[in-house]
Amino acid sequence: MTRLLASAALAAALAGPALAEGRLSIYHWFEYIPQELLDKFAAEHGVTVTMDTYDSNEAMLAALKAGRLGQYDVAVPADFMVQIMRDEGMLDSFTPEEVPNLVNIAPEWIDVPFDPGRRHSIPYQWGSTAFAVNRDVWQGEIDTLAIIFDPPPELSGRINVLDSQNEVLTLGSLYLGIPQCTTDRDRLRALNDMLLAAKRHWASFGSDTAKDVLVSGDAAAGMIYNGFSMKAREEGANIEYAWPKEGYVAWMDNVVLLKDAPNRENALKFMNFLLEPENAAAVTNYARYTSAVTGVEPFLDEALKSSPEVNPPADAPAGTFVEACPQEVQALYDAIWVNLKK
Amino acid sequence: MAAAGPAPGAARGPAVPGDRPLTLPLLLPAWAVIGVFLVVPVGLMVVYSFLTQGFRGGVIWEFSLAAYDRFFLDRGLFGDEPPRLEWTYIAVFWRSLWQAGLATLTCLIVGFPTAWFIATRPARSRTAWAFLITVPYWVNLLIRTVSLRFLIRDQGPVNQALIALGLTDAPIQMLNTDFAVQLGLFYSYLPFMVLPIYAAVERYDFALSEAAADLGASRWVALREVVIPSVRPGIVAGCLLVFIPSLGAFLAPDLLGGAKTYMIGSLIEDQFKGSLGNWPFGAAVSVILLSMVLVALLFYARNQAREGRA
Repeated sequence: MTRLLASAALAAALAGPALAEGRLSIYHWFEYIPQELLDKFAAEHGVTVTMDTYDSNEAMLAALKAGRLGQYDVAVPADFMVQIMRDEGMLDSFTPEEVPNLVNIAPEWIDVPFDPGRRHSIPYQWGSTAFAVNRDVWQGEIDTLAIIFDPPPELSGRINVLDSQNEVLTLGSLYLGIPQCTTDRDRLRALNDMLLAAKRHWASFGSDTAKDVLVSGDAAAGMIYNGFSMKAREEGANIEYAWPKEGYVAWMDNVVLLKDAPNRENALKFMNFLLEPENAAAVTNYARYTSAVTGVEPFLDEALKSSPEVNPPADAPAGTFVEACPQEVQALYDAIWVNLKK
Repeated sequence: MAAAGPAPGAARGPAVPGDRPLTLPLLLPAWAVIGVFLVVPVGLMVVYSFLTQGFRGGVIWEFSLAAYDRFFLDRGLFGDEPPRLEWTYIAVFWRSLWQAGLATLTCLIVGFPTAWFIATRPARSRTAWAFLITVPYWVNLLIRTVSLRFLIRDQGPVNQALIALGLTDAPIQMLNTDFAVQLGLFYSYLPFMVLPIYAAVERYDFALSEAAADLGASRWVALREVVIPSVRPGIVAGCLLVFIPSLGAFLAPDLLGGAKTYMIGSLIEDQFKGSLGNWPFGAAVSVILLSMVLVALLFYARNQAREGRA
């Protein structure tokens, strides 16, 4: 009996690393990578790929903190979340030699404030968060955040907002012209009161449903990411993505190498793979955002080149990146969010 | 736990040698399951509720009453006003309580006649009827809930049918309302009401109803005085099985109710998975919910015991 157990343990010990070599475990946003691309990577490198998904940066952070760190190799946080995860020591670093395709990154996306010199992350896609409006329901101007926060009667009660604190509060702050991470009480109270008043006009909170409610017509306007909005339009919704004059949220999602990654080698291969122009373009063609890899153009869908969702009008302001606020400000944001949802 | 006493067989004949010493080892698996899956998690939850909140999730291992303070005391948006009673979370609990209570009532009103119908079929077809009740539950709850969205949306088949029948001119808004939440809870938990009542009615001796009728009781009186007391354990079990999961439900409120207002379930979920990340507070809300359910159950058990004595 003992011998049997011992040999079983030995077999497990031998099989363990052997199996681990052939695996890659991804923690990713929902609906953000085409299955064919995962299959392609799996075939090229003889790796079994598994993927779990999340619907917000915070949900991903919470799951990793609750003990899933060490279970995944890579995750795809947005800019501010890369900084948070780096500060919390949740990221591993790599050298340029380990990811040769780093040279393919467009120069302006290398020395980014959240990861100078790209030591922990590679760019995945970048885009914006604003809102889209159903043009059958509302034909007027849509270049203002008032469409969401103080809507015309035609849209009142038919608006979906993202179930995401940082996006709702950042767009609300832009609407009121409040700087991010302010501790100014009058301004925070104004933000709180404005959101409470706006909520009367909203039908639902939902992030992963943001596209479907616009396609089905359940919502006549909705906060949404630009590429998701393009997908909704391509699925038949007569919607227009807005570039509000008060500003909008800009973001970049990044593939990060997680600390204690069980398959670090494969994670690096995967990051290198995603920096190949053809593969980066495959993600863009699927997700409808914008790649930060040079040389993707020949591989991109024709429709993307002229799409209004990824080509802002000349007079649109620049997007605003979400800031990671200090704890005392975050506590106030939490309180405002609870007030909004209570 | 009754098995911990002398084995019943011991009184009748000579004890099997080595019988007693085996009792403890044989009970170990049961105790281990209770310990690992009940005592440890609940204990962890209680401990976490008294810890300090870590920034962006997690806990700091320092004792703190902050989570309970936040639940019960309102210190204003900036936390420096004199404390008043906090109504926010009491309102969330109240909303969940009446939603769960109403769903239980609807399930009972529909479930009791259904169970009665099944239990009064010929023995051969009874199993088939009970089996039919479970068929929709082969499909995942999430998928069933999302499907309900499609049915009740403004352009959905229910509204189209109502308009086609001339019952309404414009679509009736059902999605993102309390009605939709009720529908979701009712549909999710109906079998938990039907099956225990069915089991109780099946054991009911219908000769008792005949006796009541012979003694001059109207059908209503017979139902109230004879039938319901006999099948009450089934009714109570059904109500508990619907009420308790409804109280913590978050799928129906999120997907059908539009996630606009917190229910207990979504409030707790947000503390662990959402943007708020306050684990001690999430644990404290869970402890308060658990205590409420326990008090209700104890109250019920005491009543039962008193009735049993009477």
